Parts: sequence; structure tokens; C-alpha cells
Amino acid sequence: MNRKKLQKLTDTLTKSCKHFNKFEVNCLITLFYNLVGDVAEKQGVVIGLDRNAFRNILHVTFGMTDDMIMDRVFRGFDKDNDGCVNVSEWIHGLSLFLRGTLEEKMKYCFEVFDLNGDGFISKEEMFHMLKNSLLKQPSEEDPDEGIKDLVEITLKKMDQDHDGKLSFADYEKSVREETLLLEAFGPCLPDPKSQMEFEAQVFKDPHEFHDM
Amino acid sequence: MLYRGCPLLGSLSLNEKRNLHRFKLRVLSLTQSINRPMGVALTRSAQWTAAGYETGTLEITPLNESILNEITKFMESFIHKYPQEAKFVFVEPLEWETNLEPSAFESGYIVSETAVKSEEVDKDGEPLLLLSVPQIKVRSFGQLSQLLSIAKDNKLQETQACIEANRDPIVKILGSDYVELKEDSTTVTILDNITKDNELHIKRKIAILLKQLDLHLLNHSLKHISLEIHLNPARFKKDIELLKRYSGKGEQTVLESIEYTSEYEFSNGCRAPPWRQIQGEVCYVLVKPHDVETLCITCSAEGVFLNGGKTEEEGEINYERQGEIYKDLVTCLKDKSPVFSENMSKHEIRFIEEQPKDQQVFEKPKIEEVESPATDSEKSKTQKNQINFGKSHMTKRLEPSLKWRATVDYKGHKSSVKDSQEEKQGKIEKSTASVSSGRTQLLRKGGEKVEETASESSSESEEDEEPPDHRQEANADLPSEYWQIQKLVKYLKGGNQTATVIALCSMKDFNLAQETCQLAIRDVGGLEVLINLLDTDEVKCKIGSLKILKEISHNPQIRRNIVDLGGLPIMVNILDSPHKILKCLAAETIANVAKFKRAQRAVRQHGGITKLVALLDCGQNSTELTQPSLYETRDVEVARCGALALWSCSKSHSNKEAIRKAGGIPLLARLLKTSHEDMLIPVVGTLQECASEENYRAAIKAERIIENLVKNLNSENEQLQEHCAMAIYQCAEDEETRDLVRLHGGLKPLASLLNNTDNKERLAAVTGAIWKCSISKENVVKFREYKAIETLVGLLTDQPEEVLVNVVGALGECCQEYENRVIVRRCGGIQPLVNLLVGINQALLVNVTKAVGACAVEPDSMAMLEKWFVPSLVV
Repeated sequence: MNRKKLQKLTDTLTKSCKHFNKFEVNCLITLFYNLVGDVAEKQGVVIGLDRNAFRNILHVTFGMTDDMIMDRVFRGFDKDNDGCVNVSEWIHGLSLFLRGTLEEKMKYCFEVFDLNGDGFISKEEMFHMLKNSLLKQPSEEDPDEGIKDLVEITLKKMDQDHDGKLSFADYEKSVREETLLLEAFGPCLPDPKSQMEFEAQVFKDPHEFHDM
Repeated sequence: MLYRGCPLLGSLSLNEKRNLHRFKLRVLSLTQSINRPMGVALTRSAQWTAAGYETGTLEITPLNESILNEITKFMESFIHKYPQEAKFVFVEPLEWETNLEPSAFESGYIVSETAVKSEEVDKDGEPLLLLSVPQIKVRSFGQLSQLLSIAKDNKLQETQACIEANRDPIVKILGSDYVELKEDSTTVTILDNITKDNELHIKRKIAILLKQLDLHLLNHSLKHISLEIHLNPARFKKDIELLKRYSGKGEQTVLESIEYTSEYEFSNGCRAPPWRQIQGEVCYVLVKPHDVETLCITCSAEGVFLNGGKTEEEGEINYERQGEIYKDLVTCLKDKSPVFSENMSKHEIRFIEEQPKDQQVFEKPKIEEVESPATDSEKSKTQKNQINFGKSHMTKRLEPSLKWRATVDYKGHKSSVKDSQEEKQGKIEKSTASVSSGRTQLLRKGGEKVEETASESSSESEEDEEPPDHRQEANADLPSEYWQIQKLVKYLKGGNQTATVIALCSMKDFNLAQETCQLAIRDVGGLEVLINLLDTDEVKCKIGSLKILKEISHNPQIRRNIVDLGGLPIMVNILDSPHKILKCLAAETIANVAKFKRAQRAVRQHGGITKLVALLDCGQNSTELTQPSLYETRDVEVARCGALALWSCSKSHSNKEAIRKAGGIPLLARLLKTSHEDMLIPVVGTLQECASEENYRAAIKAERIIENLVKNLNSENEQLQEHCAMAIYQCAEDEETRDLVRLHGGLKPLASLLNNTDNKERLAAVTGAIWKCSISKENVVKFREYKAIETLVGLLTDQPEEVLVNVVGALGECCQEYENRVIVRRCGGIQPLVNLLVGINQALLVNVTKAVGACAVEPDSMAMLEKWFVPSLVV
């Protein structure tokens, strides 16, 4: 990619993305192309990170471990649903990841947790997301009992209109009361520590950043 | 300690030894507690310990006399009972000044005009008794026995003089190397030595004899002590304090409240006014049991009885006795309140638990003493309780000696202490188990309890204000919250980050201000988990955990548990966290926990004061990354929380010093310039607390803090006004400061705050500030200008004593000037002043007399004084 094109891309993306300045966008674009590697630009072939590459980044850089959640995060980034995170999606996604307001993050997290995309987080979805969250006690008759109970506890805490499922309104209200509930069903945002490390590394000295 | 080195060790069973030992200590501390310093010396010398003390004479008290009697008897009969040992020659002679004349000595002695020598000599030919008037030297028990029989009627004086002059008789008799030997070597080696050496064999026998005497004396003095310990001011104080600890809201407590009628305690421990003390009255308490009206009770040396009550309007006590005299407070209350009686019997178990188990030995004589003819079972039950009660207040007194034992034992006899602790633990567990339904939980608690006893006996000396541990009663119905919380704690323990956060958020929804929930979290082991979470890397878990800890640490017991579990160092570390919200929460929790001395000290010792002071600086160095994070908070908030924690910590002297050294004063001064009330209250609170230190007052002056204190007097917030006035009150001891208050226009707001009398705390602070400021003449002129003197006169009636003291103090200062005396007289201030003369608050009386004295300079006032004062004197 030539310099002029890069310049143009940077300008466009800086305009469309409100949380990053030009320098930061530039750094992130450079990082993106470093990550994608030297793929020759061809007509019709999308340049970007596929699911596996992206999941790898989530795991290594942002310390995420839950496969299902990582898949959902990938979907969150991949707005056009073409199975590949392109440079624009990369910048916009990271903008939310790193600089998103609470409103933006709530919207994003809710979409991550709403597995079937029906606008509600159902009990089944909760169970699915929480099923690995408790240490299995071999002594218990029903190993899922703890999880079921945890789902009930969560519902009691967050289901504001008592309809047995979480709407975005329920979720939003609960999160505004207690921010800790933003990632109630699993970490889908970078934790503060890895975020700081990432930013320090990427924005400080972009020229030496090659080894991801 | 005698027993340690005593050869007897081998022949006594371990148990006996331990009891013996405790027993001694107990008697020793009992003697101490009855405030008879020389009695201690006597008991100590009777115990033949080698500790050093001042010289002096023995006070003649019944106890000392009887001990002397016993020693004399022992010595007199020594020669007949133990002829062989009587010949043993002391390593050093016992020397004292005798009143005996040489002429009193007869056969067996070589008598000259001013000297006497015994014919009995040691192997070097030295006489065993040598008198050269008035010094006498004696070197064997045989000679001591003979001497006493020669002394006839003056036996006691001689024994006394001997004991006074020879504080370490055991060293003189057996030699310091024998004593040292005992300190360093084990029993086995002593026994080895003894079997080898005939002289040591005799020494050993003598040691046994002395020890027997020792024991005998202790037994003997115990009878006296237990007789005398009954109903003295200290006894009442302990009883009342103990009852206070078990009083409060809720059905489990024994009483709703118990309070003294007067806060002032005379140096003799009494609170009754002096003219009532003559009658033997010690203090008066207002007791509100759960089931009957408030009782006004007189505690006197003769016993405890209901008096005529305290009148609402005048606060006077009708001292007349109503009804019968009880032998102590508990008996009286049991009779008056069935609920008290019932709850007392429940708490009995705790009272027993509270005391270290080595009380058994003491129990015996006590029972003997109390066992008066009691026929019906009800009465004997009452007495049993009373015994327990008495015992537990003994426990308190015993603390110093227990500590002593711990330190001494750790040096020489680690194994024995370990044994005794194990034994203790065993006993406690047994006792806990016996009262419970045998639930595992309770057993665990038993274990905890032991840890507490063990640690307390070794170090703490300032634990007086810590509350007792209320554990859930074994058979009490547990509230549903208990089970729900138990479940949540299970998820906290066994869940990943996500489950943990959910459980924490859910736990936060319980009413954490409620004691049931607070204690439930603790009792199911939640505190440990919450504190562990603080040690992880998970920011969200830390936040959630601190949010809970912050709430439940309002409970005094939880505070102590947090400290015991080592929560403070972890929270102090979190103060360094890059996340402001964590800093805030940790500081707020520390603010709650550091309400007692041990915690305050722990914060300092882990470097918390420096870190908290650093929080005050937050937001000044705004070079940090400006990344908006979800869990962040404003810099102002961080500084506020820091100030809040410092406010709690500033109650201790060393911490005040640490805050100053960490550079806290300039930072506080800077924060004082802000206009956030939330910030100002802890900042001024800290300053006000610290202003008791001279260093601070100087720094406060230097940092131009007075100016801002004055400014904030004009705030709308009553609490802030109160703390500002309080700080001015503390600082205005200094003339320059008083001038500063005036120059910054502080006198006017003070004067105008006088008009608002609803908030008594604030009124007390304001009147205090006015009092101290009015020490400067220029300020008095201003106060007159602001009509403050008239207002002060108006406050002479219907105000609590804390206010009155200050009001009268201020008037006393104002009345140094003629014009003001006129004002006071004109406003009718003389009569209320004179009326205050009948009070019992000493601080108030001092100020009243000063004010009255100042007024008396005026002839006109004098006339009025004569009219009011003389009759009141007669009253």
C-alpha cells in the first residue's frame, strides 16, 4: 500500500471515528496491516483478519479465554458479517473497545450476550454463557444446580420488569445502577490492565511494533 | 518466677504447676487492683520473686498485717519443725535496723553494751547473728527463729523491718547463682546438681519450704482480697462497663441502656458528688431494661438500691433510698427486670467464654465466700450468675499479669506455654461444644476464639474499646438472609470472575447496614473470601468486594475481624492502585475500619498514612493518562476519601505525627480552599482532631488555615460549622491565633451561630471557640459589639453541661472587664450563674467559680451575689 493511499485512509477513518485522533488511527492502521501480513491486494478479495486470527488477538492481547464469548466479539467487530474484520471494522471496533462510552459499551455487550439476536437475553442464553463459571462440586447431585441458581440470582438482580428475560432496557437500567454488571455474562471487553498495556505499546512507539 | 527454677518442678505434675503459677499471678494482680501499692510489695516479697522495686515501708493494712503474722509464725516454728534446715547458712546475711536492745539477748549469745554475737558460728568461725546497734545481721533460719522468740511482743515489727530491708530474701538466702541457675537451666540439670551436692540438697529443701510458705500466704491473702474486693468503685465500674457492652437494641441484649448520671469521675473512681460520697455512695446509674421503666439506681459501698429518681427539669437526683438494698448491681437488676434475668442467664455462657479458662482456681475461694445460706433454687441460681459476673470482671484486671506471664514464659519456657495453650484450646472447644448442638461451625469458632486469646495476651495493650464478639447463638433461628448469603459466599469461593461478580453484586443488594447480614457474611466465612479477592488481579472483583467491605465495616465487630484477617495491609496496598475507584473504596473502607487503636496503628505500620496523604494530592499532578474508564472517578473524590480515612486515623497520637511528617498539613490546607462540603468536613475534621498537638497548631498558623476555618464558619452545613468551631476552639489557646480569628472576621459568625441553639454539638463547639477567643481583650470588645455577651447569658439555662462549661468559661473571661460585668448583671446573669454552683460537674464548677469571682468585684453584683449566693451555699 502506498503512502498516499494510507494517508487518505487515515483521514477518512479519523473523520468517521470520534474516539481516536489521527496519530492513533495511523498507529492502528499500521498495526492492522502488520497483523494481516503482506497479502497482495487483489480485486474482489477482502483484506482482513479472519475469525481465527482475530480470536488469537483477543486471546493473546486482551486476555480473553471464553471461546463462545470470543466468537460473539468477533461478530461484534465484523459488522458486515463477511467473516472477516477489515481495516475500517478494526478501527471502529477498537474505538469502542478502548474508548467507548458507557452507552456504546452497553449496546455492544448486550449484542454480545444476546446470542440469538432476538433482542432479549433469555434464561437459556444465560445458562449457556454461565455454564462454565462455577467449579463443579462432585458431591452435588445436579451439577447444573449451581448454574441454574446463579441464573436466578442474575435475573432477580437485573430483570427489572420481571418477565423472566432481560431486555435491553432491563440490562441498561441494571448496569447504570451497578457498572460491574456491564460484562455480567463474561468478559467481552479488554480488562483495564491489558488495555493499558496495549495502548502503551501501540500508541507510544508504533515503529517498533512488529511482533504481534 | 519461683516455680520455674524450683526443683519442685520435677515432683509436681504439669497441671498443678500451671495452676499454681496462674494462681500466684492472679493474687498479685488482685492486690494491685485494690490500689495498695505497698501491699503489692509485700505480696511480691512474700512470693520471693526477684523483681526490683523501690524501697519504702509497708503500709499497715489488715492484709499486710495478716501476711506478716503468717510469716512470723512460720519463722518462729522453723527451728522446731526443720532443725536441719535451720542450720543452713545464708549466702548473704539478712540485714535490717532492729529495735531490740542487746540486753534482751541471753544464753547462747556474747553480749556487750552495743553489740551482740551469737555463739553459733559457721565453718569459718563467723557468728550467725551479729548485732551492732541498730544494725542486725542474721545468717540462718535458726537464728531468725530465736530472734523472734527474743523479740516477744515486737515480733511483727522485726519481721516487717526485715522484709522491708531485704527485698530479695531468696537471693540472699540461696544466693544469686542459685537463682540464675534456675533462670537458665532446665529442671533436669538442676536435679542432677542436687543429687551430686549435699548443700544443694538442703537448698532444695529450703526452696520447697519457702515455696510452701509462699503458697500458704497466697491462700491466706486471697481470703482477704476476696472480702475486700466487694463493692468498691472499680468493681462498680467494671460491672457497669460489662453491662454496657451487652446493652443496646434488639432482644438478645440484657438491657436497653445503662448510663451514669454524671460523666465526671473523681480521682477516687466515684462519680457521686463529694457530699454524697461521705455517705459511701459511689455513683448513680440510669438503667433502661427491656420490660420496665427506667430505673435510677444508687451504687454505694453498702450495696445497690433504687433511689428517688432523677427529675426531668432540674436533673437533680433524689438520693433517698426506695426499697431494699441489694448486694450488687446484677442482683438488683435481676429482681427488677425479669427480661434482664432471663437474658443474663443466656449471656452467662459468653461471660464464661470471655474469660481465659485458667480461672478455675480462683473460682473456689470465691464460691466459699459468697455461699451464704440460700434455700430456694432461684436464689442460688442468682448467686451463681453473680459469681460469673464477678469473675468476668476479674478477667479484665488479670490482663496485665497474663501478658507478663506470656513474655516471661516465651523467654524461657516455650514448651510449657505451648502446652498451656493447647490445654486452653481444648477447654474452650469443649465448653463451646457443650453449649452448642455440636455444629462444626461452632467448633471452628472455638478455634478462632483461641487465636484471639493467644494473640491478645502477647501484645495488645490498648484494646479497651473493642467490643465483645457476638457470635450467632447456636440454637437461635437463623434468618433466611443467612442461608442466602451462605450460598453467595459459596459462589464467591467456587466461581470464576463472572460468577464472582454476579455473586458480589447480588450480595450488595442485601441490607448490609443490618447487623444480621453483616454477621451472616462473617459467620459463613465470607470475610476471608472478600479479603482474598482484594489480593487478586481482578479489578472488578476488587471493586465489588470493597463495596461490600465498605458497608459492613460500619459494624465494630466486623472491623475487628477485618483487622484480624490481615485486611488492612492489603487495603493499604490498594491505595497505590492506578484505578482511582479502587483507591477511593479502599480509603473509605479504611476510614470505617480504623475506628479503634489497633487498626489505626496497623494502618500506620503498613505505611498507610503516607499513602493516604498522597491521595490528598490527587488531581494536582494531572499528567496521568486521560483515558475515560468505566470504573473511574473524579480526583476530588479520591482526595475526599483520603481525607475521610485520615480523619479516622487521626485519633491516635502517633498517627497525627505521621500525617504531619508525610506532609499532610499543607495538603489539607490546600483542600480547605475548595468549596465542596463533602470534602471540607473530613478535612476540617482531621485538622480539628490533630489540633490537639502543639506541632499542628504551629503549622496551622503557618499554613494560613485559620482564615479558611473562619470562612467555612459561614457555610450552610451544620457539621462543617461545628468542626470549624471545634478547630478554632483547639487552636485559640494561642494568642496569635486568637488575633487571626478576629482579623479574618471570625468573631461575628461565631457570635451569630450562638443564636441557633438546636444543634447542641455545634453549640458546644461554638461556645468553646468563643470561650477561648475571649481570652484576648480585643476579641471581648468585638463580642460585646456583636451582643454576644447577652446571648451567652441567655444560654446559662436549659443547656447541656458541655455547652454550659464553655458558656460560663466565656463569661468568666468577659467579666474581667467592668463594662461586661455590668452587662451580665443587667441581663440577669448572676442568678443563673449562682444556680450552677450546685452542679456536680467539676469542669463546670471551676468555670462557674471563676465567673462568679469576676462578678464579685462589682459592689452591685456583690449585693446580688449575697442575695443568691449565700442561700445556695447553705443549700
